Amino acid sequence: MATLLRYTPLLIVALLWELISRSGLVSQQMLPAFSDVLRTLVELAQSGDLLSNAVASLGRALLGFGLAVVLGGALGAAMALIPFVYRGIDPIVQIFYPLPKSALIPLVLVWFGLGDKSKMFLVFLGCLQPMILATFNGLRGVDTILGWSARSLGASRLEVVREVLFPAALPQLMTGLRTALAFMFLLMVSSELVIATNGLGYLIGSFGDQGSYREMFATILVVTGLGFAADRAFLAWSGHLLRWRP
Amino acid sequence: MTGSSIGIEIEGVTHGYTPRSGKPTVALDNISLSIRPNEFHALLGPSGCGKSTLLFLIGGFQKIQQGRIRTARGDVTAPGPDRGIVFQNFALFPWKTVIENVRYGLEKKGLKGSEAEARAKHYIDLVHLTGFERSYPAQLSGGMQQRAAIARTLAIDPDILLMDEPFGALDAQTRRIMQEELLAIWRRTSKTVVFVTHDVAEAVFLADTISVMSARPGRIKRLVQAEFNRSDDPHIHKSPAFADMVEQVWDMVRDEVDQARMQGH
Repeated sequence: MATLLRYTPLLIVALLWELISRSGLVSQQMLPAFSDVLRTLVELAQSGDLLSNAVASLGRALLGFGLAVVLGGALGAAMALIPFVYRGIDPIVQIFYPLPKSALIPLVLVWFGLGDKSKMFLVFLGCLQPMILATFNGLRGVDTILGWSARSLGASRLEVVREVLFPAALPQLMTGLRTALAFMFLLMVSSELVIATNGLGYLIGSFGDQGSYREMFATILVVTGLGFAADRAFLAWSGHLLRWRP
Repeated sequence: MTGSSIGIEIEGVTHGYTPRSGKPTVALDNISLSIRPNEFHALLGPSGCGKSTLLFLIGGFQKIQQGRIRTARGDVTAPGPDRGIVFQNFALFPWKTVIENVRYGLEKKGLKGSEAEARAKHYIDLVHLTGFERSYPAQLSGGMQQRAAIARTLAIDPDILLMDEPFGALDAQTRRIMQEELLAIWRRTSKTVVFVTHDVAEAVFLADTISVMSARPGRIKRLVQAEFNRSDDPHIHKSPAFADMVEQVWDMVRDEVDQARMQGH
């Protein structure tokens, strides 16, 4: 019941959408009625087009995301623990920080072509930064005396890293993962809008080009729903892992 | 206990540091101090006098720049489970429950399963936390968290117990109770204790010997024998002898506090 109440504003938005579209204030082309979009969504789902394109998109995106998590985590940890690595990598991370990764789409097209690799690489790039920063900041932010405590209880330096620094940095790591997850969806769709022959972003673009606005809106709804579901699932998992927090 | 007559030998320890923006500062200036086995030793002084630094050097957490610190196990070069430490802010592992925290050091010693569990429970009971084994630190009050931290440190049975203003973050009533319980535990387990505090009455109540330290650069200004901790009198706080001693030590500390103020602490 509480959850239902919380999402009442969404219901109101949907209702307003329906009303504005039906009232004739804007053309049905520019804003197809919400109910029509939903009906189209069901049809698209039944045709199997949505599923095959969603699988193509998510497959590529998750690979890029996974790679970024592993490599970004490793780089961030190395930066936090080894001063030499920090001095070597930090300037590079800093200079690329404000660059929107989508600006690299044309370049990546030249490098990797139209296939899966180009999208994977873009998602990887987008997720890398938040993972490096979260891991680095998380590990560096751990109170020194936690490590001292462990050392005086008999832990070796390596055990301190594994058993104290990483668990203590977990809240920050989870925040980094969540940001990376959002960037994954962002770059997944925006890269497919420009360079792709399948995928949800490609679908949105080609429906738009064809003037099939209902289908386009329906696909946008699917992307929104997927992103939302992923984020909720992530939050539930994160809440379980961090149940020790006040 | 080791049969050695050495508790802690500190010989000519000088320690300095350079703050990020500022000139090099001498925190400890040629400290020499001999602490007997089973002695309860208080390091008393104004903030910034280097008393915590000295404690951390004994703990092996910071590198000794000049001089030497020895225990019955030899020269201090690194942290080790022979020197347990309790911090002002508890430093419990917040992702572990109370019993998991206490078990951590036991598992490092190689204890496993029910043996570690039983030993952990024993120490949790000793600090009166029975019933809270499965609680996370964030669910406990400050006093209870410090009890858990003390149990965690006592469980590994260190020769030396280092305490860095352990009751400084607690309210007055809890602090008093914790002081009494600490003394009771110390009498039973006979450990060498080094206790850092800036609270004169606390030092007089707890310690055999008090090192009164000077404002920066930290030096040991006076050694005071207190030994009220040997008394069984539950109302020792109210005795004239106790009050006299607190006043006496206060006079020694007062100048240093004024000095420290002028240095901007």
